[in-house]
Amino acid sequence: MPDLAGKTTSLASAGGAAAAKPAATVAAKTAARAPDDASPLLTRRAWMGLAWGTFSAASAAALAATGRFMFPNVLNEPPQQFKAGFPNEYGMGVDERWKEKFGIWLVRVPDDIEQHASGFYALFTICTHLGCTPNYLSAENKFKCPCHGSGYRVTGVNFEGPAPRPLERARVALADDGQILVDKSRKFQFELGQWKDPDSFLKA
Amino acid sequence: MADTKIVAPQEGPGTRFWNWLTETQVWTSVFRHGRPDSDRNRVLVVLSNVFLHLHPVRLRKSGVKLRYTWCMGGLSFFLFLVLTFTGLLLMFYYRPTLEYAYTDIVGLREHVPLGIMREIHRWGAHAMVITVWLHMFRVFMTGSYKPPREFNWSVGVVMLVLTLLLSFTGYLLPWDQLAIWAITVGSNMARATPFLGYEGPGAQLLRLGDVPLIHAYDDARFALLGGSFVGEGALLRFYVLHCVGLPLGIAVLMAVHFWRIRKDGGISGPL
Repeated sequence: MPDLAGKTTSLASAGGAAAAKPAATVAAKTAARAPDDASPLLTRRAWMGLAWGTFSAASAAALAATGRFMFPNVLNEPPQQFKAGFPNEYGMGVDERWKEKFGIWLVRVPDDIEQHASGFYALFTICTHLGCTPNYLSAENKFKCPCHGSGYRVTGVNFEGPAPRPLERARVALADDGQILVDKSRKFQFELGQWKDPDSFLKA
Repeated sequence: MADTKIVAPQEGPGTRFWNWLTETQVWTSVFRHGRPDSDRNRVLVVLSNVFLHLHPVRLRKSGVKLRYTWCMGGLSFFLFLVLTFTGLLLMFYYRPTLEYAYTDIVGLREHVPLGIMREIHRWGAHAMVITVWLHMFRVFMTGSYKPPREFNWSVGVVMLVLTLLLSFTGYLLPWDQLAIWAITVGSNMARATPFLGYEGPGAQLLRLGDVPLIHAYDDARFALLGGSFVGEGALLRFYVLHCVGLPLGIAVLMAVHFWRIRKDGGISGPL
């Protein structure tokens, strides 16, 4: 608080930081006061400044709280991590059992293009063009987006249509109980060289 | 202002009833002016009526020429009224939840008398987008965006955006495949909002150390969808925006828009 020459009024202290400017004016006037000056310490103008400052600060806080209201603390969405069963429950190729609930294709390959090993990777079922969900066409062994025709190899690499980059991969690991753990909170993008990351692939 | 010469009508039962009616306390309490038998009273008819007073009391001949105004502004407003009324009726049957949204839309056609109510609303919405564009085109071609009308042009541009947002939010409500994916695609644009979208320019700058302040769960797209994908949160938010938020906003701007037409020298024409 600015120095009010020991005469802190309750209004001035209630003003807080937002009232700093009018309060400073008061302080300047107080310093110049004659000892027998009986005029009010807080002029009408200063009081109005304090009042408007307080009101503006309260309004700004209410507005911020209203904005925060739009972001809930709890979401009823599927969890970002899930256990996908044991590796021996999967054959080679694309597995679609987690597509509906978690938006993930779990793919088992004998030899990955980046990892050069056999194992699993998890592909997000989100088209990199505009975010639709592609379909897996088993006869043509590719992913095909129904919205604008983007096509992806089973590896996730795009080869037709408007998609600008490959599908993203999620972290896959082996949980303590031996099940496959898919962690969607970590994404691996091919074009950034992230498919080489050991966390993006589960050797099996 | 010269008084127009009025020829007294023949006295008949109709005239006698009219004379009696306009002198009752009920009538005179509502209409605070005399019968519209003089220029002054005809002006008062407009000025003392809350619905009519946005109109000018006089306008120039070109203002009522269809080939000059195309009536596109008026048609847009008319369609807005139609959409408000039919939309209100649809709200009696439609529930914005994952379980009911689509079946309620089907039910509006199959289980409710006058099953074209939803189609009126949908086609009216398409028509309103078209008339708003044509209105803008006409205003541009007649140069009606020039001073002193530039503020009203700006108000109109905001209303154009609100019209498109109303169309966009309404598009999701049937909750069919077209709706879900159209909104998925459309709302992905919000990811690229500068600073406020987590894939937008500048968003990477907003971070505390290693912690990003703008991420997929607190950015502009999240605020729009109420979730990280188009789900129940998005359906409810779009419903509330479509039925309450956006119509209120556009109604306020319409009042400003119509009032400014009068204040800025009347409906289009040279000043």
